[in-house]
Amino acid sequence: MTNKKVKVATVSLAGCFGCHMSFLDLDERLVELVEHVQFDRSPLTDIEHCSPDCDIGLIEGGVCNSENVHVLREFRKNCKTLVAVGACAINGGLPAMRNHISLEDCLNEAYRDGIGVENAQIPNDVELPLLLDKVHPIHEVVKIDYFLPGCPPSADVFWKFLTDLLAGREPSLPYELVHFD
Amino acid sequence: MSKTIVIDGKVIPFEDGQTIIQAATAAGVYIPHLCHNPKFTPHGSCKLCTVKVNGRNCSACTFPASEGQNITNISEELNDDREKITQMLFVEGNHFCPSCEKTGNCNLQAVAYHLGMTDNHFPHFFENREVDASHPDVMIDHNRCIFCTLCVRASQQEDGKNVFAISGRGLEKRLIVNSESGLLKDSDLDVNDCAAHICPTGAILIKRTGYKVPIGQRIFDHAHIDTVALAVEGVNHDE
Repeated sequence: MTNKKVKVATVSLAGCFGCHMSFLDLDERLVELVEHVQFDRSPLTDIEHCSPDCDIGLIEGGVCNSENVHVLREFRKNCKTLVAVGACAINGGLPAMRNHISLEDCLNEAYRDGIGVENAQIPNDVELPLLLDKVHPIHEVVKIDYFLPGCPPSADVFWKFLTDLLAGREPSLPYELVHFD
Repeated sequence: MSKTIVIDGKVIPFEDGQTIIQAATAAGVYIPHLCHNPKFTPHGSCKLCTVKVNGRNCSACTFPASEGQNITNISEELNDDREKITQMLFVEGNHFCPSCEKTGNCNLQAVAYHLGMTDNHFPHFFENREVDASHPDVMIDHNRCIFCTLCVRASQQEDGKNVFAISGRGLEKRLIVNSESGLLKDSDLDVNDCAAHICPTGAILIKRTGYKVPIGQRIFDHAHIDTVALAVEGVNHDE
């Protein structure tokens, strides 16, 4: 293996950061990982934008608003290999369960008519990204190279996948590591 | 000498009247399937059991075994087709495994695992489907119905009732309940009926039994569906 570290960028779109927490469950294996990996844009580094030469992009969560779409496209543009991490990135997951309710009803319930809402108004600041009418899995927006199922995928899934990639092998998960739940 | 067919190079005996999947199961050869259950009349709708018989695609659950058949069950092409069919089932319904009680015990999920499916490939329909929780003991979540008709057949052939049917065609297809109101509570379904327990997905669930077995200790958490199916169906099939 060359000395050049592999650049990994990560992001949570319409996710709960559970996949990132699971990633951190690598625990002491993180020490070994950072010998081969350099984190680029990620909640772990607070770097705001992807370098143009990222090797691996890990995407948690589906796409629920306009900002998610921009971020996802930035990742696709700058990462050689893009990975859908977890149920929400793969099929929309729990946030996609709002797809059966109209966006207007969702917003009214959350910000106007819901129990205990004070000073009821629907947030309308120009800084806020606009919500999409439906939550979408990320493969519906950009080409995805690999999928790591699970809610969340266990640390062992990240480890097997990344060590396979780093060793130049085609990543493959054994039966015990493939779970949709 | 008994009559034989050949599946993936393996010589397998059969008796007249047996389908390919019956002969295969008896010989310990797993052919992926969802709508097939050896207890009931085959339906041939899910197409997962499609095999190549002398070069032509046939449903193994309905096609009779006969002398001279050279059958391909496992090939990249057939398994790719099976994966695509399974992905289409996932995007047509609303299958959110993390929030489904059936996860780990679900045949649809287990077939997906077996085929190495990690994504749904197609755009999701996110169709609006109803939940019928009217019955005191049994609920139907139409989001998870794959129209395999196992509940229809179980009700008719095992329970001697006629609780379920499939109505409509194509995307309009729906599982319907035989009652004036269309609700399960007004049908004569009993919680002990075979039809209440036969669902291969989480579409028909028994109330107040949820999560009795924790996730991680469920059937397919550690066992492949081929092993499980052969163990279960290999016993029943000659009855």
